[in-house]
Amino acid sequence: MIEIKNLTKSFKDGDSETKVLKGIDFRAESGEFIAIMGRSGAGKSTLLYQMSLLDEPTSGDVVIDGKDASSLSVEEKTLFRLFELGYVFQDYALLPELTALENVSLPLLMQDVPEQIARKKATEALTLVGLEKRLNNLPSKLSGGEQQRVSIARAIAHRPKILFADEPTANLDNESSRIVMEIFKQLHKEGQTIIMVTHEPEYSKIAERTIHLDDGKIISINKN
Amino acid sequence: MFSSLNIRIGFFLAKRQIKRSNPWTTTLIIFVMFFTFLNLVVVSGVLVGLIQGAVDAVRAHYTSDVIISNLSDKTYIENSPSVVSLIKSLPEVQAVTARYLKGGTVEANYKTKIKETDKSDIAAATITGIDPIAEDSVTNLSKFIVEGSYLKPDDYDQVLLGAYLDKKYLAVDSPGFSTLTNVAPGTKIRVNVNGITHEVIIKGIIKAKVDELSMRVYFVDSQLRSMIGRSDYNVSEISIKLKPGSNPDLVRDILKKNGVDKVAKVQTFTDAEPKFIKDMIDTFALLGNLLSSIGLVVASITIFIVIFINAITRRKFIGILKGIGISEQAIEVSYILQSFFYALCGSIIGLLVLYLVLQPAMAAHPIDFPFSDGILVAPLGSTLLRIGLLMITTIVAGFIPARLVVRKNTLDSILGRN
Repeated sequence: MIEIKNLTKSFKDGDSETKVLKGIDFRAESGEFIAIMGRSGAGKSTLLYQMSLLDEPTSGDVVIDGKDASSLSVEEKTLFRLFELGYVFQDYALLPELTALENVSLPLLMQDVPEQIARKKATEALTLVGLEKRLNNLPSKLSGGEQQRVSIARAIAHRPKILFADEPTANLDNESSRIVMEIFKQLHKEGQTIIMVTHEPEYSKIAERTIHLDDGKIISINKN
Repeated sequence: MFSSLNIRIGFFLAKRQIKRSNPWTTTLIIFVMFFTFLNLVVVSGVLVGLIQGAVDAVRAHYTSDVIISNLSDKTYIENSPSVVSLIKSLPEVQAVTARYLKGGTVEANYKTKIKETDKSDIAAATITGIDPIAEDSVTNLSKFIVEGSYLKPDDYDQVLLGAYLDKKYLAVDSPGFSTLTNVAPGTKIRVNVNGITHEVIIKGIIKAKVDELSMRVYFVDSQLRSMIGRSDYNVSEISIKLKPGSNPDLVRDILKKNGVDKVAKVQTFTDAEPKFIKDMIDTFALLGNLLSSIGLVVASITIFIVIFINAITRRKFIGILKGIGISEQAIEVSYILQSFFYALCGSIIGLLVLYLVLQPAMAAHPIDFPFSDGILVAPLGSTLLRIGLLMITTIVAGFIPARLVVRKNTLDSILGRN
């Protein structure tokens, strides 16, 4: 379903070049839950950004559902992200002037889903993450855990092929982290493909496989 | 590019950004746009109004709506009584005044001259004979009395002196132009017209910003008529005030059709405007447009800065929007609509203030410029045109900074990298 072939990513700073990813290869099947682990600076988030088409790799291929991402234009990538991918960011990344319901509805509206249906789908997604009573709250009126759940609802409301999560529990307390991971577990049970970067070995165990990165290379892939 | 979907999403985002933004910030931006609007409309409006005030004053207090004057080869209008009768018979006419005009001189302080060789206190003037009541009903001449009082129909040997003939009001001493010294109501002066010298008493001083009024000496018409021997009652000037809503062009044409143009020059107030006045109006309008253009540039820079700061501080959120698949165009539309909203609010408030407060207030209390009572000229058509220009400028000024920020790399925006 998603295949990474010999992926590299380098950052240039003047004359010096830093190689962050040094030839990554792996494949994730539809419905799989994959955790990516590694110490700080190992290249976990960078790998996630390349896979999720938020960034351009220096070389190598990202193939999603048989489609080579390098062949897509900027507009096509935006559309691909809109329709096929979902994102959960470490810092929730909600729009502060939109309510929970509006934050979740927005990508659906961009997909040209009629407003009423978009609201209905957004309400369902928010209900799924336990926020049915917080629909009209602005992010500033929600706790960190609630904001992350809104972010998850936004990522899944349009039923994406792949859900990418970048350290979704990094800013949360234990209880909120547990709730978020329960949601991920449930989504996986329902067949959602999830690729998640995490620091927490405990949460990586929920995934089917864990990829360990170090110094821009995969050092192991373990089945949990 | 800007599809209906992008516009819909842009509207969705813009509406919520405006609705949930800091009300003080929004108020401040609208306030800036309001003053930008005033700068666009009022500055040029006052400049044009400066001249327009003078033109309006000439119409209201001298030419009135239609003026009939002697042909260049005559000093009077032939058959004036029948011309006046014809004018009075027209249904459009509200009031008429006929004036006898003659060149002459006025002399003061002749009694205090010690020797015959002492310099005489003499000034050249247009000696004017008026029917005080008719004149006042057309030109409100009595309004301009600054000293003494207005003429009555039986005021013989009494005159009104134009202020520009009194040194106290016009301290100019140039070759070919002189004024009288130490004169005031009650002072005796000599008027020399047609070689006949007549001693009269100054009854009042007339001071107006219309030069023609301030440079004349006014007699009651019957006395001047006998002084200059005009037993045929032929006058030199007739001013016609029309009923409200009447068309001066129509009245002029009727008079011409009746042959008045064979014995006199028949002009509407517009026809009678000197060319330099028309040129000045055009010049000031051009100057106003020039200043408005600068105002537009200032407005566009203001909007650019406001939207740029807004977009830069929200760069992360713009990155997130792009990250979750919102099109760049929809994001740009949201910023264009925000700047449009600010400009629209500023313009609407500006329109209300302009037409409900400023224009009526300045009409009631004109600015006291030395040569005119300045009013605010802001025709709705040109105001709407300026609003249109402001909107276009604003849209461009809102789009450019939004585009600059939106085109940045999505991930760099999300992570706050440069």
